Amino acid sequence: MNLSAEIGEAFVVFIAAIFTQNILLAYFLGLCPFIGVSREIKAAFGLGLAVIFVMTCTTSLNWVAYHLVLVPLGLEYFRFILFIIIIAAFVQFVEMAVERYSPLLYQQLGVFLPLITVNCAIFGAALFMVIRNYSFVATIGYAFGSGVGWFLAIMAMAGIRQRLANDRIPRGLQGPGITLILAGLMALGFIGFAGVLQGR
Amino acid sequence: MLGSTLLSILIVSSIAATLAAGLVVSERFLADYGPCKITINEERELTVQGGKPLLSMLTAEKIFIPSACGGRGTCGLCKVKVLEGARAILPTEEPYLNKEERAAQVRLSCQVKVKNDLRIQIPRELFSIREYITRCTRIRDLTHDIKLFRFQLVEPATMDYIPGQYVQLQTPAYEKSPTPVYRAYSIASDPAEKGIIELIIRLVPNGICTTYCFNHLKEGDEMRFNGPYGSFRLSDTQAPIVFIAGGSGMAPIKCILHHMKNTQNQREAVYFFGANRVRDMFMVEEMRQFESDLANFRFVPVVAKPQEGETWNGQTGLVTQAVQRDVTNGAFCEAYLCGSPGMIEASIKVLNELGVTNDRVFYDKFA
Repeated sequence: MNLSAEIGEAFVVFIAAIFTQNILLAYFLGLCPFIGVSREIKAAFGLGLAVIFVMTCTTSLNWVAYHLVLVPLGLEYFRFILFIIIIAAFVQFVEMAVERYSPLLYQQLGVFLPLITVNCAIFGAALFMVIRNYSFVATIGYAFGSGVGWFLAIMAMAGIRQRLANDRIPRGLQGPGITLILAGLMALGFIGFAGVLQGR
Repeated sequence: MLGSTLLSILIVSSIAATLAAGLVVSERFLADYGPCKITINEERELTVQGGKPLLSMLTAEKIFIPSACGGRGTCGLCKVKVLEGARAILPTEEPYLNKEERAAQVRLSCQVKVKNDLRIQIPRELFSIREYITRCTRIRDLTHDIKLFRFQLVEPATMDYIPGQYVQLQTPAYEKSPTPVYRAYSIASDPAEKGIIELIIRLVPNGICTTYCFNHLKEGDEMRFNGPYGSFRLSDTQAPIVFIAGGSGMAPIKCILHHMKNTQNQREAVYFFGANRVRDMFMVEEMRQFESDLANFRFVPVVAKPQEGETWNGQTGLVTQAVQRDVTNGAFCEAYLCGSPGMIEASIKVLNELGVTNDRVFYDKFA
């Protein structure tokens, strides 16, 4: 496959990852920070950007590690351990570097990095990349799209929750309860995209 | 076969080791901020190795800031004033700081990393918070599920606290919990006895700390706690006082009553003590003694449901009903409540109806 065809493929994967196969609303991965940090748009924005960045970088790194190290050695079954280690080490390193060299960026984005280390959406994207046998370019498109999809979902949720703050919600449903119900409704809404990219 | 298994383990381990080594090296160069000076309340200076959160730095120096979540930025308790040296407020702190606090430079100490010299201000009473080694000298049964524990302070030998405050008792690791656990109990003893701390503890079914105190703790055993904490205390106005507390909630009230006796406080005061049954009633003689020692104090014990065969000639019904019957000058009173959240909410409702506004209701809620 030549490069332009690959980029075209990556673009389709990118769109699919945002809408039809949204990692949060179709697979329900990464729910913990989604519920915990969606009270305010500002915090949700920072966390969403951090997820896009970490997801794109670590999934690409993991592609390299999987196809250039594990596959040639026949050690594919070690991918779970290796992916987790790479994600954790990468996030740790980025946090340290950002904190040192760019206090402003740390302010906006860095504080959320430790939250993401153990985010199953990041790990899930790396595993899907293997299961679906994406090429390197498609992997970048997929990971970036998954990150953008997660970002859109948490921004939408934060917007709704900021409005909800002034509403009278039954006591037992306040906080995580109503958030989960909203997430379910949003997931139903996203099913509507399913027909857009049929067969992908 | 064995060779290839070992080889694969070796390969993966070496990848992990390389990554770990890379992190250690970069931490050495990136996260080392050199020695930093923390000036506390303009009177004490600490020099620490920078790079870690302020909260853990202070804890390492035996300055205990209250924190329930252990530094994850989710409880919002570890507030201190950072006057100089802090960066802007982080998004993780924003939900916990209101406008006044931001203006006063209050920050969450678990989120502020020490990277340069800091000038901070912490409430004076937190300064006196420290760990105490004690010896349990007496355990007295008060009811079938409430005991009074008396501790002699060993190191340090005395504690300065404000009547109404609490300590966090440390339960050592035992079969119910693999790690030490801390639980808060109000001080019940006479503040004049500076080397003695008494706690009133009710057995919580399956509670880690209370089960330890009831089944394992013996007279003569060593126990540790830290404190004192809390802002529940008597105001220095002359308003008539309404105390409402049942069960082990008597602890801080008893301490306050001792204090009132020691300081010859003449304020009008009435203490409503609610119990379910007659067998749940305790320390009635001690309270009657306060009635004769204090000029204007009345003790009103109330039993909700006296069982057949129990003799009771005091008031019956809910403690809130007794308050309703008894309090006529609600518009002038201050109320001090201690007990379960349910009991406190019900009491506040009744007090509001009687004319006690919320700014004159003080409470210590058992979570």
